[in-house]
Amino acid sequence: MTSQSQIHRGEAITRGRLSIRAAASLGPGFIWLILFFLIPLGIIAAMSFLSRGEDGTVDRPLTLENYRRLAGFGLLGFDPLYPIILFRSFVLGSGTAMLCLTAGLPLAFFIAKLSKPFKQLALTLVVIPFWTNLLIRTYAWQMLLGPGSWITQLAVWLRVIGPDEALYPGTFAVYLCMVCDFLPFMVLPLYASVEKLDWSMAEAAMDLGANRFQVFRHGVLPQIQPGVIAGLILVFLPATGQFVIPDLLGGAKTAMLGNAIQQQFGPGLDWPFGSAVALVSLAVALAGLWLFTRKTADQNLEIV
Amino acid sequence: MLQAFAVQVSAERAAGPSGEQTTAEIPAVELHNVSRKFGPVSAVAGISLSIRRGEFFSLLGPSGCGKTTLLRLVAGLDLPDAGTVSINGLEATHTPAHQRPVNTVFQSYALFPHLNVRENIAFGLRMKRMARKQIEERVGSIMETVRISELAGRRISQLSGGQKQRVALARAIVNEPQVLLLDEPLGALDLKLRKELQVELHALQRRLGITFIYVTHDQEEALAMSDRIGVMHAGRMAQLGAAEEVYERPRTRFAAQFIGACNLLRGTVRHCSERDFMVRTELGEVRVELGQSARPLQLGQSCTLAIRPEKVRVLAFTERREVNSFPVRVSGFVYTGSETQYRLETPGGLLNAWVMNARSGPPVFQIGDRATVQLPWDALVLLDD
Repeated sequence: MTSQSQIHRGEAITRGRLSIRAAASLGPGFIWLILFFLIPLGIIAAMSFLSRGEDGTVDRPLTLENYRRLAGFGLLGFDPLYPIILFRSFVLGSGTAMLCLTAGLPLAFFIAKLSKPFKQLALTLVVIPFWTNLLIRTYAWQMLLGPGSWITQLAVWLRVIGPDEALYPGTFAVYLCMVCDFLPFMVLPLYASVEKLDWSMAEAAMDLGANRFQVFRHGVLPQIQPGVIAGLILVFLPATGQFVIPDLLGGAKTAMLGNAIQQQFGPGLDWPFGSAVALVSLAVALAGLWLFTRKTADQNLEIV
Repeated sequence: MLQAFAVQVSAERAAGPSGEQTTAEIPAVELHNVSRKFGPVSAVAGISLSIRRGEFFSLLGPSGCGKTTLLRLVAGLDLPDAGTVSINGLEATHTPAHQRPVNTVFQSYALFPHLNVRENIAFGLRMKRMARKQIEERVGSIMETVRISELAGRRISQLSGGQKQRVALARAIVNEPQVLLLDEPLGALDLKLRKELQVELHALQRRLGITFIYVTHDQEEALAMSDRIGVMHAGRMAQLGAAEEVYERPRTRFAAQFIGACNLLRGTVRHCSERDFMVRTELGEVRVELGQSARPLQLGQSCTLAIRPEKVRVLAFTERREVNSFPVRVSGFVYTGSETQYRLETPGGLLNAWVMNARSGPPVFQIGDRATVQLPWDALVLLDD
């Protein structure tokens, strides 16, 4: 023992041993991230500047052509196909996130108010859909919403849709299935925040003359904001890349980000362009998230 | 009693012209037969109470006695199962909290963490849609009043307990409420700060003239600040009266023992005259002044007498007085600096006697010493039960 031992959280340990321990516990995670995240991401970034060779190989020269194409300047003149796909995907992602928030907030408050055994049950029920494969759930919605199903018949009877129409395929079916699929990602972080809620803050707001909306805005929302942000991000990111549900329930008419990327790497055999699409969508999503979190953090400081 | 009555009369005279007099007569808060149950438990069991305008009123009791529930009923944060709540003479039982002319200082302060000190204080005025300029003025002046001007831009997480307390107070009184409700506002602070803030709070109440309803479990705090104290026990009002009245003339065993320390003597009434009555206790025959007992006494009835430890006189063993003096033996003492608290062994059990250390030097009596106690006949109180 050359180096001096010190007390760390009640344990006598030398600095060197502490470092070894830190390396041992952090190491696997670091290696994993480097091997399966950073290196692949670097490859994709590099590839997006290369060109597609004959037979779909990846080839030189280095070029910005992929990004030009992505921005809409293709061989056949200007065509904003990819910006539209990107936009459409973000609309789907943020739409799903907002719908999940709307549906998840009351649910989270409801579960938090339940007594302990019911709370466990409710949380289990929220997670149960995960136990079924996404494809099976999606096909099930096809049947439930298809022409002739009782839900469709009810909608026809209520004059929500015309007599010859069906709920599937269509935007409604897509959003319905998306919300069902992603709701747990919203409810779980929301519930964690709502559970810890200090209601005296809401009472203080009420006591100081706030109406119901203002009580929620000032007495409740600031407290559950971490849960709201976590939930929105957890839903928004995967929902943006989701293409199975829009494909199966939307009638395969509209391309989404997921399809676009899959198309390039699969049948299109254009890996460089696919990489560019993936990278740009990632960058746009990150930029959007950064703006969103910065804005909500600012709101906390501003005079309301 | 007489004295209190005289004060009341002069106050009414001072009220002057009839118009002022009528507003002075309308109580700030009036509770009529208010009850609140939580499941099978009665937190508040039929309390009627009238709180005067400009009064510093304390609700005193152990935790779980219903004092906070009663406060929440006045604030409108909870609804009574039965009974009515009136504020300023207007029935307000079902008025929502945000429309009542009362504000609350919460036990946990409940300051908004996403707003800074100034914004927290401005919150109530902003909810009222007061003009920005006016808000600034009022917030600025209230921050001076409670001496937190230099904290204006701080975040709540950067404040100490005492500072939070001041912000919570400012946030409530800036709205100029008719009644300010305080739920154990000093409970989380250390003793020295608590004493300081007690003095400030009391002065502030006098200056602003706002009616205070102050919930506390600290009897010393209640005695130090209040005009009147309501002692609560198991959802009921055990005793209601001026601070010195509640302390000097406890009516029930609970009130006697909860507020301050108290010696209890059980006995039977032996003899009754116009001026006094005799009670036979295990200590011996005790003479008690009659003036303090409102109800008629019957010979042979059993009763409980109470006497505060600081009123018990401890004398040298050789000294004897005519009335109520008994031989005792010192079984222990605690030296607290300002006084010595003796535990005295008597034929009827232990008796506590607190003696001021007016002279310097070691305690006069040591453990095992024999002594004489004298119970002044006007310091003995007959309890109801």
